[in-house]
Amino acid sequence: MSFMKRHATLERHSLLLTVGILVVVSIGGLVEIAPLFYLENTIEKVQGMRPYTPLELKGRNIYIREGCYTCHSQMVRPLRDEVERYGHYSLAAESMYDHPFQWGSKRTGPDLARVGNKYSDEWHLDHLIDPRSVVPDSIMPPYAFLAEKKLHFDGIEDDLKALRLAGVPYTDDMIANARADLVAQASPNMDYDAEDALVARYEAIAERKGTLKISDYDRNPAKITEMDALIAYLQMTGTLVDFSTYEADDLNNRR
Amino acid sequence: MTDHKPEIDEVSGVETTGHSWDGIKELNNPLPRWWLYIFYASIVWAIVYMVFMPAIPALPGTGMTNTPGIRGHSDRALVAEDITQLNVQRGQGSAKLLTASLSEIETDMNLQQFALAMGESAFGDNCATCHGAGGRGAKGYPMLADDVWLWDGTLSGIETTLRHGIRHYEDPETRNSAMPAFGRDGLLTPGEIDDLVQFVLVRSGREGDAAAARRAAPVFAQQCTSCHGADARGNRTLGAPNLTDQEWVFGSEPRDIHQSIYNARNAHMPAWQGRLDDATIKALAVYVHSLGGGEK
Repeated sequence: MSFMKRHATLERHSLLLTVGILVVVSIGGLVEIAPLFYLENTIEKVQGMRPYTPLELKGRNIYIREGCYTCHSQMVRPLRDEVERYGHYSLAAESMYDHPFQWGSKRTGPDLARVGNKYSDEWHLDHLIDPRSVVPDSIMPPYAFLAEKKLHFDGIEDDLKALRLAGVPYTDDMIANARADLVAQASPNMDYDAEDALVARYEAIAERKGTLKISDYDRNPAKITEMDALIAYLQMTGTLVDFSTYEADDLNNRR
Repeated sequence: MTDHKPEIDEVSGVETTGHSWDGIKELNNPLPRWWLYIFYASIVWAIVYMVFMPAIPALPGTGMTNTPGIRGHSDRALVAEDITQLNVQRGQGSAKLLTASLSEIETDMNLQQFALAMGESAFGDNCATCHGAGGRGAKGYPMLADDVWLWDGTLSGIETTLRHGIRHYEDPETRNSAMPAFGRDGLLTPGEIDDLVQFVLVRSGREGDAAAARRAAPVFAQQCTSCHGADARGNRTLGAPNLTDQEWVFGSEPRDIHQSIYNARNAHMPAWQGRLDDATIKALAVYVHSLGGGEK
């Protein structure tokens, strides 16, 4: 039988074909995918990463609920124009506490991976209430209702527990104080002890100061709204990693 | 392997598979040769690719890295080179911008043109979102194209604002001041605030209730002068606006002024140091300074 007809052997025996497919596919999976779950250099070692605070996590859930990811990506690719416009390219480490990650696949609006601290809270508030009041040619829909809607955070402990099962290093302390932490982050100058405790809890994991912002994000001290949570989340995206200590040229970080 | 004698179909002259359904036989047309050759060629290409490009991750626990491939390709190294190249392209201008003092940039024609061009593009990317195209401003976001400055309109003052922001508490050197929320926090009665609104209207040269303004004068003297000044002309070191002119960041309507006194405004501008490089910040300062009202 000529070489060009060898495939007939596999094609005429369904069991042999099945085994053959299994071998080829599992080599692909075992060699290319499986090691990434165990390799230490898959995720860069960076300073500053910490789990989301309860308020930021709530905001993230609203971000997902409202489908922000359908128009906004959160992934600055290592390309000159993107680095010029958005800042340092995204690192794997920056998504390590994301379940699910929000990389997205479409940019109808701009990338949001590094929008944190780029604009003021007031800008986000104005922009979410009426995008065209600050960006005249924007086609983003308004999200004014978020400023009216009271944030429900009764189940916040369960959110944290579920994420802990997925590998996010929430401590018992963080889970026990989740509600207090959420209120403290949205209510500046109310309870200084609670604020300090919140900062201490999360900065201990970040091993970096200044990654946590306490603010009345929606400028309405009377209640904690969904707007508070969403702006809290937007204002911290991409701000955690300390790029002054990140060595992009390290061979382990070149990929 | 089923051993069957290849049966040739009479009509087409093609070999059959030997399968027959109700007398209908299946032809065994071979795969087109061009397809098969491409198939084998792509297998060979995969092996070549594996040799030249990063392909196989290391074994976990061995501390090794992935196979780098002969080309040593790295997206992250490439973008680093791209950025370096970009800086080379911008070349002397950018390097000069870094070392030149702000006043040197003002006097060197070429350098100034370079800074303006660079500043304009950075402004569109980062600043126009709030301050509007060309710095025309919006309600709540000061106009930069006029000669009214809340903090400092000199070249170095603008650079300081850009670097450290305004009330950007993550930066210890940020420009800072806080107006109390006179209504919300109960520092003034609703009547006093209404009177103050009339007072501000009258002081800015518009029609207002003169009697109410007179009533408010002692309240203003007691509560407001420490920042806005006895003459209500403001105080730049505190970012307290001049209340006697026609420029209003947060709106000039009586209800806007009422809102400003009741809730206070205390607007925030982020610090750009660290986010933008030094050359870009300098270029932005020169650009903003040139928009219309830059001060000596």
